[in-house]
Amino acid sequence: MKGIITLTVNNRPGVLNRITNLFTKRNYNIESMTVGPSEQEGISRMTVVVHVENEHVIEQMTKQLNKQIDILKVNDISNQSIVSRELALIKVMATSQNRAEINSLIEPFRAAVIDISKDSLTIQITGESEKIGAFIELMKPYGIKELARTGTTAFPRGTQRTSNKSLTIV
Amino acid sequence: MTEKALLTNREKVKVEKSGADFLMDALKKQNVDVIFGYPGGAVLPIYDKLYSSGLFHILTRHEQGSIHAAEGYARVTGKPGVVIATSGPGATNVVTGITDAMIDSLPLVIFTGQVATSVIGTDAFQEADVLGITTPITKHNYQVRKTEDIPRIVKEAFHIASSGRPGPVLIDIPKDIAILSGFADEDPEMDLPGYQPTVQPNHLQIRKLVEAVSSSEKPVILAGAGVLHSKGADELKTYAQQQGIPVVHTLLGLGGYPADHSLFIGMGGMHGSYAANMALSTCDLLINIGARFDDRLTGNLKYFAPYATVAHIDIDPAEIGKNIPTKIPVVGNAKEALTDLIAQDGKKPEVTKWIETINAWKKDFPLCYRNDTGALKPQKVIELLHQYTNGEAIVVTDVGQHQMWAAQYYPFNKPHAWVTSGGLGTMGFGLPAAIGAQIAEPENIVISISGDGGFQMTNQELAVIAEMNLPIKIVIINNHALGMVRQWQEIFHEKRYSHSTFQTQPDFVKLADAYGIPGFKATTEAEAIVLIEKAVTMNGPVLLDLHVEPEENVYPMVSPGKGLHEMEGVKQ
Repeated sequence: MKGIITLTVNNRPGVLNRITNLFTKRNYNIESMTVGPSEQEGISRMTVVVHVENEHVIEQMTKQLNKQIDILKVNDISNQSIVSRELALIKVMATSQNRAEINSLIEPFRAAVIDISKDSLTIQITGESEKIGAFIELMKPYGIKELARTGTTAFPRGTQRTSNKSLTIV
Repeated sequence: MTEKALLTNREKVKVEKSGADFLMDALKKQNVDVIFGYPGGAVLPIYDKLYSSGLFHILTRHEQGSIHAAEGYARVTGKPGVVIATSGPGATNVVTGITDAMIDSLPLVIFTGQVATSVIGTDAFQEADVLGITTPITKHNYQVRKTEDIPRIVKEAFHIASSGRPGPVLIDIPKDIAILSGFADEDPEMDLPGYQPTVQPNHLQIRKLVEAVSSSEKPVILAGAGVLHSKGADELKTYAQQQGIPVVHTLLGLGGYPADHSLFIGMGGMHGSYAANMALSTCDLLINIGARFDDRLTGNLKYFAPYATVAHIDIDPAEIGKNIPTKIPVVGNAKEALTDLIAQDGKKPEVTKWIETINAWKKDFPLCYRNDTGALKPQKVIELLHQYTNGEAIVVTDVGQHQMWAAQYYPFNKPHAWVTSGGLGTMGFGLPAAIGAQIAEPENIVISISGDGGFQMTNQELAVIAEMNLPIKIVIINNHALGMVRQWQEIFHEKRYSHSTFQTQPDFVKLADAYGIPGFKATTEAEAIVLIEKAVTMNGPVLLDLHVEPEENVYPMVSPGKGLHEMEGVKQ
């Protein structure tokens, strides 16, 4: 299953190393990890997407992360109603013949062309990972020269549809 | 007082000092009574201030000796052991001991020197990425970037090391930071918003446990080192006896419950007693107090406590449910939880039949060994040590067969008398750890039991013992082999003794003599009796080289992959 964990961490040297070290030590696999400043100065926010066998592993992961002194808050939002976004930059081969065709694909995905050269287009797309994945599939036949994805960043919606499954009270 | 006035007040208490001076004063503030260390280039400014600080420092002969001595000290006192090592090789030499302390939850504060900030990252002389190396093996670590941070960081380090689940904290101090002066408040506020260990257990969970106990028929307490770390041995005794629940100990928990009490079943696990393992295998309620369900204790998880409702009291929530599904989790300090449980004074479970069953196991399948070959038996050596110290010694072991025999044949009736490397199984731990234990308890008799293999890993520390005239009774259980490796090769590798026997060994008596320590050798039981009796009455240090039956194996045993109920070598 896919798990999404958000972390609030002290922006101190070595924090990222502590977290990746912990994942290596405990044999957890990271699919993506994003990090950047939060609304509070000196505090960063991270979103980690992991692939795990079951919820038990995510619970253990959350507990281990919580033990890190530079980690202020750990939230497992895997089963919550969330907003999540990813950004991708795609440089795709484009000739004068098929440019219009590519443009017609861009529009429904609300992507944007941010650079044009003689034989290529660079497209920026944001959205949920699945949407980006679908768009990349569509672009493949034209020939993707370069691709960069940021990984998912997410947080829970202001209003939750259902009460999220609370962790065992311990 | 206005905020501004407060601020100016704060400003006023700031004083100017060098980093090394701040460090000395911070150590004194923490009431550090001994430092184990080894100097070197990057810590020269620190050692210069140490020279006239009045702090007590012990110069070991290898940094590994320092860190294990600090562990021995921490295990016996519960206070953080303090170590100073230099940058690069000094720091990497303490890595094994830090890992050992991490897995066995021992509080340590380790100071390592670092090259000057101006050259960090340039592969300077004796530079190593100590922060990177020690991140996975410390509870927390710091690199000091500003002199004025030293008082706060030291205060935080001692707090983190000794609170919650104890563990090692490392502080890396670049050379220029130790030399340069700065202005700092020497009684700073700690800045640890991400660290709030739960000490007081949730009362609702305690109630659940009380109910589970009342309705159980075959309850067992599995008590680990958490009982000792929380200084909760008295509470454990009161609770077990109030409810009439029998107690099994983990290797590291030994001494938490008096071994001579009728409710004590013994040590569980790979080389535990038959009764203890059968109790774990057949109980209907398993109350784990401060143990972490290590694989050497549980055996194959598939067969572990299959009929039991599991309750687990632990200060570290990550341990609960990690290996064993847990019905009643209780996060908190063992002593606090036990105090609450005693206060509940719940309805006692009806356990008469259960106790009878356990007593029958204890009677019919006690620990045993054959002593009819004429050779000196290692188990007999441990029994003699127990006999001649009235079971009151602090016993420090290394790792291997002798460690298991010591755990089996030296029953403890009081806590904090058993010092051993459990989780990591670090050979070479014993002798230096005994130094730390003896420093912590100068009045008590300390026995260091090692095998001939592990002893040779850190025997340079004999120099410290001689220098300080520490009255440690050093016992070498000499079987001319790496006994546990040899045992496994005998059982699981068709007696192919690949590199596990020593063709050449030093004369340990002469080695002791070289350090000015009296040494004696025995090869028979009669000789051993004379020597042990003599050793315990001698004032200073003494080394006994006891040549035991080389083919002796540790039994009973749960083979790897087997369940606890499948013990071998139960009766001989």
